[in-house]
Amino acid sequence: MAGANLKAALKDGILGAVVAAALALPMLGFRLVDSASALTLATRFDWVAWAAAIVGLGRFALCLLRQAVPADRVPVLPDLGAKFPKARLVAGWAMAGFALALPFLPFADRSLVDKATLVLIYVMLGWGLNIVVGLAGLLDLGFVAFYAVGAYSYALLATKLDLSFWLCLPMAGVFAAGFGILLGFPVLRLRGDYLAIVTLGFGEIIRVILQNWVDFTNGPNGISGIPRPSLFGLVFTANAPEGKTTFADYFNLDFSGDHRVIFLYFVILALALLTNLFTLRIRRLPIGRAWEALREDEIACRSLGLNPTMIKLSAFATGAMFAGFAGSFFATRQGFISPESFTFIESAVILAIVVLGGMGSQIGVVLAALLLVGLPEWFRELQQYRMLAFGGAMVLIMLWKPSGLLSHRAPTIRLGKGATP
Amino acid sequence: MSTLPLLDVEHVTMRFGGLFAVNDLSFTAQPKAITAVIGPNGAGKTTLFNCITGFYKPQIGRMTLNHADGPVLLERLDDYDIAAKARVARTFQNIRLFARMSVLENLIVAQHHKLMRASAFSLAGLLGLSRYSKAEKLAVDKARHWLDRVGLLDLADEDAGSLPYGSQRRLEIARAMCTDPVLLCLDEPAAGLNPKESLELNSLLTGIRDEMGIGLLLIEHDMSVVMEISDWVVVLDYGSKIAEGAPALIKDDPAVIHAYLGEPDESEA
Repeated sequence: MAGANLKAALKDGILGAVVAAALALPMLGFRLVDSASALTLATRFDWVAWAAAIVGLGRFALCLLRQAVPADRVPVLPDLGAKFPKARLVAGWAMAGFALALPFLPFADRSLVDKATLVLIYVMLGWGLNIVVGLAGLLDLGFVAFYAVGAYSYALLATKLDLSFWLCLPMAGVFAAGFGILLGFPVLRLRGDYLAIVTLGFGEIIRVILQNWVDFTNGPNGISGIPRPSLFGLVFTANAPEGKTTFADYFNLDFSGDHRVIFLYFVILALALLTNLFTLRIRRLPIGRAWEALREDEIACRSLGLNPTMIKLSAFATGAMFAGFAGSFFATRQGFISPESFTFIESAVILAIVVLGGMGSQIGVVLAALLLVGLPEWFRELQQYRMLAFGGAMVLIMLWKPSGLLSHRAPTIRLGKGATP
Repeated sequence: MSTLPLLDVEHVTMRFGGLFAVNDLSFTAQPKAITAVIGPNGAGKTTLFNCITGFYKPQIGRMTLNHADGPVLLERLDDYDIAAKARVARTFQNIRLFARMSVLENLIVAQHHKLMRASAFSLAGLLGLSRYSKAEKLAVDKARHWLDRVGLLDLADEDAGSLPYGSQRRLEIARAMCTDPVLLCLDEPAAGLNPKESLELNSLLTGIRDEMGIGLLLIEHDMSVVMEISDWVVVLDYGSKIAEGAPALIKDDPAVIHAYLGEPDESEA
């Protein structure tokens, strides 16, 4: 018995080693060396041997481990949300409280607040996409298009018409929602993979238009000098322009560049929390329930008199609106935007945040955004391994929690309490 | 039956390429009555249902639903409008519940339009106005009533997909009833039920007929259900009507026996 197990494990290990060697040979085995005279090909077969040995031994050990531990004792990440329904609420408030206090904590320096701002942008985008993908079940690979529409809406309105950020913010949301509906119409009949492909194309169309419509968008050079937001007319500059007061003067503070960074942090925090509040609330409303019903079964929706056209368009428009808000914030924070900021990889990261977090889970999105956007920012030195970690995290999640970090769904209404007259 | 029938199907023809799934079919369904549509496999029963509920558009024919306030032509409406405006509800042969939503949520979604109006397209609800919470309370009460009727009150907060098969069937009927239909179309509601569940279904359906005063249209293979509860039976074969009448008469109709069992043996006769 034990001999047979050992033999099977050995076989598995050798097979793993062979596959690893075959894969590693072209990737690790050869290397172009740029010497003074010419390019030469160097070989490093020892690396291939190492890779094969590590994979083979690992596979062998894993096989033995699997045989030693019964399948039902293989550790599975517990579903905390299902076990402690209150824990999610507590964790949510704790995270919100921590986010509010963050800029004033002793260890918070300017770069930390800046990174937190970036993470919050992705949290907000994740929450926006969660409406489309998590609730309505419409796989959208071109979400960055709406982010771009929001960013360019603000940038163009501000630089050409000289409108203020606070006036442009709702307008950017409306424009993005309009584009959401525009995208929605042609894809109404599509589902799943087909929908994903068309939305992917839509995202690229927007980027290509921004890149090539030079007269309007200044093409690949982008738009610079985008005005910064003000706080009720107080500006965050060292010297007040004509007819304005600076924030520092008004509150009798010494001017510091940190003020603006902290202010921006609070703006995006407020916007993100608004998105969250909206989603939590709309889930309990007829339209939110209709989104979820559409995700579950479109034909059943029709048989109950729900018009799928309206439901899909409203989901696209709502998700796009929040991307538009996030986009205009991005524009005002950077002060400069170009089509390069709105490539497909951004859509992929946002979608990964939603999927990794657990479709439809609000806290899951925050955790995933910290993981996918926050960590790479803190470990910038490891830049070249970033995609490796990214892929590794995805594989682990698919193995352990195929439905995402926090995938437990609580009913939006219960008969037990509250509903009883 | 001098009054107008509830549903008047006239010369409906549904072709798929060269195949006449439903061929020049006419029949009526009365209010406060259970009309059963039976026939061998492939006779066109489900196609007929899909025509009535708008999932297919028949090439020829007219389907009139006579409401108290006037007739509605079903073939001119989209499927979701047939449910919302003509108030025809249906269930499916392969159960179609919102599996990852709770039992109660399934019934609340069925009352979407009423709640949408009450919440002013969700805006009033978003602002937390009391008008919406009142409407939601009414919706929950209605859901509670139907859950009680189908015996699922204790499972209201469970995921619909986790219920046993028989309960899912009953939940689907409850969900259809939450849309306040005037005509309820049931596609093989007894399929996969055990004899006890089948009996419960009979009393549920006759109860709906007698108390709600609506018409029921039923596709069924289970003859114990059909013969027991239906007031009128329409028999289809190859898309055409071969017989119709009261269940007792249909049972002995030679054309029906022929369609189901084939030509009787000479020796046996």
